[in-house]
Amino acid sequence: MPPSRQPYDEMHAAPGDIRNHYQAFSNWLAATPAERLAHKRAEADMLFHRVGITFAVYGEEAGTERLIPFDIVPRIIPAGEWRTLAAGLKQRVRALNAFINDIYHGQEILNSGRIPPEQVLCNGQYRPEMQGIDVPGGIYAHIAGIDVVRAGEGEFYVLEDNLRVPSGVSYMLEDRKMMMRLFPELFARYSVAPVEHYPDLLLENLRSVAPLGVSDPTVVLLTPGAYNSAYFEHAFLAQQMGIELVEGQDLFVSDEFVYMRTTRGPQRVHVIYRRIDDDFLDPLVFRPDSMLGVPGLLAAYRAGHVTVANAIGTGVADDKSIYPYVPEMIKFYLGEEPMLNNVPTYVLRRKEDLAYTLDHLSELVVKEVHGAGGYGMLIGPAATREQLAQFRQRIIAAPEKYIAQPTLALSACPTFVESGIAPRHIDLRPFVLSGRDVTLVPGGLTRVALREGSLVVNSSQGGGTKDTWVLER
Amino acid sequence: MLSRTADDLYWMARYTERAENLARMLDVNYRMSLLPQASEVVERSWTATLSIIGLLENFKQRYEAVTPANALAFMAFDRQNPSSIYSCLRAARENARSVRGTVTSEMWETLNSTWLEMKSMDGRSATEAELGNFFEWVKYRSHLTRGVIQGTMLRDEPYHFTWLGTYLERADNTARILDVKYHMLLPHGEGAGGAADYYQWSALLHSVSAFEIYRKVYRDLITPRRVAELLMLRDDMPRSLHRCMSQVYMHLCSIRNDHSAETERRAGEIQASLHFGRIDDIFHIGLHEYLLQFLGRIRDLGERVAQDFLVATTKD
Repeated sequence: MPPSRQPYDEMHAAPGDIRNHYQAFSNWLAATPAERLAHKRAEADMLFHRVGITFAVYGEEAGTERLIPFDIVPRIIPAGEWRTLAAGLKQRVRALNAFINDIYHGQEILNSGRIPPEQVLCNGQYRPEMQGIDVPGGIYAHIAGIDVVRAGEGEFYVLEDNLRVPSGVSYMLEDRKMMMRLFPELFARYSVAPVEHYPDLLLENLRSVAPLGVSDPTVVLLTPGAYNSAYFEHAFLAQQMGIELVEGQDLFVSDEFVYMRTTRGPQRVHVIYRRIDDDFLDPLVFRPDSMLGVPGLLAAYRAGHVTVANAIGTGVADDKSIYPYVPEMIKFYLGEEPMLNNVPTYVLRRKEDLAYTLDHLSELVVKEVHGAGGYGMLIGPAATREQLAQFRQRIIAAPEKYIAQPTLALSACPTFVESGIAPRHIDLRPFVLSGRDVTLVPGGLTRVALREGSLVVNSSQGGGTKDTWVLER
Repeated sequence: MLSRTADDLYWMARYTERAENLARMLDVNYRMSLLPQASEVVERSWTATLSIIGLLENFKQRYEAVTPANALAFMAFDRQNPSSIYSCLRAARENARSVRGTVTSEMWETLNSTWLEMKSMDGRSATEAELGNFFEWVKYRSHLTRGVIQGTMLRDEPYHFTWLGTYLERADNTARILDVKYHMLLPHGEGAGGAADYYQWSALLHSVSAFEIYRKVYRDLITPRRVAELLMLRDDMPRSLHRCMSQVYMHLCSIRNDHSAETERRAGEIQASLHFGRIDDIFHIGLHEYLLQFLGRIRDLGERVAQDFLVATTKD
């Protein structure tokens, strides 16, 4: 894709030319007094504070809770575009699950020579402990958050597959609730597909992957605790699903069965929706200093007495160095052509990719293979000379830690900023659920880079969110 | 339910109740200190208050003199005093936050808003007139929290643990309020009337919202013995020891488990002694001695509750 072209504007086909699906919104915006909008934006802020929809920022004073800025201009996706997108996402997640299952069993894709075995087996996210273990339904990534960006009309690129503990779905739900509360009249003008049933789908999904023979499983959500940056979401989802929100200290393993400590004694747990990384899950196997996990959990899991969602070891498929092979996986496991594009990716462990990247550093985005949350990345076109020089040294020192991609022309959506309404870059994270079937609610989390020209949408880097409307017709 | 969740709910309720009773106690002390009286009487009153809530040492380390302004700053707004109203509201909110998946959204939002508002207040700049409003505010927020609990919570274990915390704390606090005031007032002699005494006793009744109740129940002069009877033995007085212990016993029965029989028995015993007790016998023992013993038994009960339900046990 040509990196330099004008970014796609979600609302305008050309200056003054409103796209069809934004026409009604645009009329409404023009007819709504500025004071009312300002008032509504302040109200949204107040409500988010009161409800405590906050996240903690690492590196700031302990206990700092901040709001993620919420923008009142929705991101609207026409029905037809969503159909294609949804089909492509399901296809991708099917292939990713098949890949993980294969890696922990026969490793046919490695044997066939399509992916170099050392790429997978020497990866820190590969868990030899999982080799040969059968998990219910062969499902590993029960919840996947796939980051998608738009380059042009009907032209979507997958940026990242988040298969470990993807977060953000609570903002998708709260943003919708907020929009309906602030501007109910807009929902009369548009038929927006509902997303509110996500927690029901998730619960049904989690129950469907309970260990064999358990008819009425007890599902819990395992959180690192109230000081985790995504704690709000953990509590929110547990409450919406009506399941216990547990910390590691609330669980224990006895004879390879998992129990929670209750006021009436131990109670068996069958499915753990965990929001803790593999490394911290079981101090007997992984990091011994972890206070967040449950000693003996892996043994119970291997014995098939408890289901962990997402499965241990899914990280092997969402690693940025594995990402370039996903189209290959789709062909290999499903015998289909990929419906969604991958961004061309230079894997810097390869000599020729490294050489190209070092020559074109100022045009590329360089990411850490294991990085997340927008930490530790370089955006070539926006970097200063010092930053480029520093990053060059880091790449040369450990090229296997990095990948590079062309700078994408992320689409832009009108957004409230200090100077008024101006286009800002956005992405989209839909949440794909895999259990008996692969499902997703029509929508996702739209993140917006609030700084002018910025391409970094992560909340930890000053990103905001928007309600995402998938139109029903 | 999870033991940790029970623990958080129980303490959320205790801190909320403690903040309210602190406000009540400070309010009455503050009003009394406005009456014409010698400064050493005022100082004695604040010293007694600080000592009955166990904070005199802590206070003396941080402040030079026992003045109404210092004592109020310390007990209402001091962020480093773990028992100030400020700290109690923060602790209540932190407890609610760690169980926000269990409490109703309305409960969480109520506790969170209370805390956000508290945090935005600046105690140092509070004028005397504002202090009265502040204490009223604390009380109203506590009323609101209880109302939300009453109006939105499912009647299952979390509900009972919440009320157990509320009533245990209230029993403790009422006993302390009574003790500190009684200590202050009794030297004037039981029979002694006089305008000053009248104000003191009526202020005490006001502090536990019992002034109108007293009038309704006794239709007579305010006497120390009846005040004590009202606040200790009457089951229909919502903040009395008897009422609190009846509720504690009831909620304990609702959360009964395999280890809790002895705790339940002890709560029942305290409740029964209040139910069948006579105020004359209590005065015979000595009110102060009786209240001290009562506080000890409440503390014991609290420890037993923690052991039976809240401390996570690995196995049965």
